Amino acid sequence: MASMRDIKRRIKSVNSTRQITKAMNLVASSKLNKAKLRMEGTKPFAEETRKVIAEIGSSMGGLDHPLFGKQPDGKKTLIIVITSDKGLCGGYNSAVCKEAMSLCEGRDVKLITIGSKGRDFFRRRNMNIDRSVVGISERFDYNDASAIGSRALKLFKDKEVDSVYLVYTRFISSISSTPKVIRLLPVDADDFKDEVSHKNVLTLYEPSEEQVLDYVVPRYVNTVVFGGMVESSVCELGARMAAMDAATDNAEEMIENLNLLYNRVRQGAITQEITEIVSGSNALE
Amino acid sequence: MANKLHLRVVTPSKDFYDDDCDMVILKTIDGDTGILFGHQPLTTVLDLGYLRIIDNGEEKKSTLLGGFAKVNEHGLTVISDAAEWADEIDVERAAESRKRAEERLERGSGDPSSDIDVQRAEAALRRALLRLDLAGLKK
Repeated sequence: MASMRDIKRRIKSVNSTRQITKAMNLVASSKLNKAKLRMEGTKPFAEETRKVIAEIGSSMGGLDHPLFGKQPDGKKTLIIVITSDKGLCGGYNSAVCKEAMSLCEGRDVKLITIGSKGRDFFRRRNMNIDRSVVGISERFDYNDASAIGSRALKLFKDKEVDSVYLVYTRFISSISSTPKVIRLLPVDADDFKDEVSHKNVLTLYEPSEEQVLDYVVPRYVNTVVFGGMVESSVCELGARMAAMDAATDNAEEMIENLNLLYNRVRQGAITQEITEIVSGSNALE
Repeated sequence: MANKLHLRVVTPSKDFYDDDCDMVILKTIDGDTGILFGHQPLTTVLDLGYLRIIDNGEEKKSTLLGGFAKVNEHGLTVISDAAEWADEIDVERAAESRKRAEERLERGSGDPSSDIDVQRAEAALRRALLRLDLAGLKK
């Protein structure tokens, strides 16, 4: 049986771990609230951009634009994966990476990874990483997203890839999220059908439909990437909060068990001492 | 009041403006365009420029850094990369980025391989000038 000193030491170390996880939980939850506000703030922008795409897409009907189309994917795919830079957030990163991995199957894939966890995951598997962006998973702005978006668009336009996917984490609630895949390019106008409120309104496009589209589609791509990053960061914090909450609970349970064990050992030692004293005094008589 | 144009300006970071007004003047890539109530449906691409909102004879002015505008029966929606009122402009930062952009342009000109950088620097310079201009107007 472990000695009292050993148990005491264990308790101390588990307790300091508990303090750390508890602090991380609190930090994550306060950051989560901020990130959620940010997500609310970016929503109108994303929605309005989608609406414009939807309207143009539906009013142009059969317009032949290189960025639009329903054609099935070719083999060459670009996948943008959004992960975090820091760990200790439960299954958050591995869920996204797994989702991306299953998408990779049977394709000639190029990757753009956001966050060091994704970069490490795919580098270990010797995948073709076109670009990796690290150090921005918590502090990023629209420009970071548009740099990634333009890179994706360039690869698509140069025919280096013939489809572009985004893998990010979708926010369901603070404690639940799920990885999600969306196809960024080519844009399928049918995806937006539900969002077109009024059809066949004669709209003027200045300078021309093509030019508006040339301008709007890259912006749409950037917006989706940005939205994905914002949403993923919220999920990361949510996942970290949940993971740290569970870790704190586990630590508390461990401390409880160790305390029980400690008391038992202590009681055992006392009993033994009494027995020794009693038997000693009996021997003297 | 009837016959007011509803204007909504959204940027990636926030809902910038959401209210009724008499007239909006924007800079599209074809030049300044004024939009009144009942404008025909229009979707157009914006240049770097000002957004001028005129309501009851008063004019409010903000920067509007690219994006696009859409008019439909509900009003005007502007989707922009960034927009800010004069008092929101960080003058120091704008002055700094102006200096940086000018330096880069000086170095970059004449080197064809840095074409994209020159474009980027030019855009940065235009943004900085626009911001400084608006901030200066207020003083």
